[in-house]
Amino acid sequence: MTNITNIINNKMLDNIITQINKLSKKLFDKKEQYNFTNSKNITNIKNITKDKAIQNNNFSFNIMEVCGTHTMAIAKYGISQLLPKNINLISGPGCPVCVTSINDIDKIIEITNKYNVTIFTFGDMMKVPGSNSSFSQQKSIGKKIIICYSPLDAFEYAKNNPRENVIFIAIGFETTAPLTAVLLNKIYNENIKNLFIYSTHKIIPPALEALLNDENINIKAFLLPGHVSAIIGLNPYKFIAKKYNIPAVISGFEPESILKSILMILKSYVNNNPDILIEYNSIVKIEGNPTAQQKINQVFEITDSDWRGIGKIPKSGLDLKKEFSNFDAKVIFKIDPIISKEPPGCECGNILKGIKSPLNCKYFGKLCNPSNPIGPCMVSSEGACAAYFKYLT
Amino acid sequence: MCLAIPAKVLSIKDDSADVESFGVIKTVNVSLVPDVKIGNYVIVHAGFAIQIIDENEAEITQGYWKQYFNEND
Repeated sequence: MTNITNIINNKMLDNIITQINKLSKKLFDKKEQYNFTNSKNITNIKNITKDKAIQNNNFSFNIMEVCGTHTMAIAKYGISQLLPKNINLISGPGCPVCVTSINDIDKIIEITNKYNVTIFTFGDMMKVPGSNSSFSQQKSIGKKIIICYSPLDAFEYAKNNPRENVIFIAIGFETTAPLTAVLLNKIYNENIKNLFIYSTHKIIPPALEALLNDENINIKAFLLPGHVSAIIGLNPYKFIAKKYNIPAVISGFEPESILKSILMILKSYVNNNPDILIEYNSIVKIEGNPTAQQKINQVFEITDSDWRGIGKIPKSGLDLKKEFSNFDAKVIFKIDPIISKEPPGCECGNILKGIKSPLNCKYFGKLCNPSNPIGPCMVSSEGACAAYFKYLT
Repeated sequence: MCLAIPAKVLSIKDDSADVESFGVIKTVNVSLVPDVKIGNYVIVHAGFAIQIIDENEAEITQGYWKQYFNEND
């Protein structure tokens, strides 16, 4: 009976995943022909750019977007090309798959080699290269790795397969962390003994501060992520304006939303009144989603975290609290320390920091492409290299 | 990764709700939006409603996406 239920569940899951893949494929495929001719936002951006405050800048006015969905939308609609030449959009570390530490990937792979476990992961992670293997390669040699749409898929599976040890690979920023928190609550409340969590969750504001402190990066403004901000709200970003005197706008994803946000940034700069503003106000409230924040705080503690390509950023990661160590895959499935090796010559680190554009990487489009990715930025559909490859080559 | 899709809430039972998006009905977890009511629009990320949105905006967004899908079908 359990087997039949599993087959049905797996079939349903497959259907849902196919549907979601279809949706995101449609969303991200093809360069969108959007008619900007009558866009007041573009006219206003062009006018405001003539202001001395921006013209007198010796450098380009660099606006960094920190959300993979923004990166894709900007590339898809060709927004960079619509802007005056001195306004420069650069991609930051906004793709959770891209910034997941190679050491975490290596460790998870080692867990699958050493223990008999079933891994549940979001599909984007499958092809991300570790030092010697990837989830995809592990699956091809017979390791049980299942792609899920929701963290709760892992819960249903573990419940129906009590003899298997199941690990959910929890990746993502503040948007996804509360989902993992709900999953952990369910595991705890229903006394499930065979489901564990490997947390690589990361939080955005400390990464922004690390970038602002990096002398090699010249950021004049941030385009802030929409759905991370739906959870955390506006307050965690206030230091950007207060301490660094830099404007930032939480933006929606439609082309006019992005343009409007850029206009808001430029106005804020020209008026010498750097502030944190919300353009995506139908979804982002100043206070964010307090219930989700509470769930995160209940389950996770803030730790230092390794960002692929960037390095260790203090207080930028979320690990399970000690009281939940019975469910912590890092505690339960012990492995020896691993020294990870990045693919030599890969520029993902500098690309994630906005220092280099994908076009400056010698592998880009040649040795490194979506069918044969060398670095993580080419793997995830939201990575800067994947976006450039799809829309700008 | 942080992609979220707008959907209309059709029915609610405990922590689950049936929602409709682009004509597809799905069950999602609503424990992160305790104030949710039938008829609300929510944005759904990886099987969870993560925020309630105002109806006008949801229709604008869905209208925009529907248009996009039709054009590309």
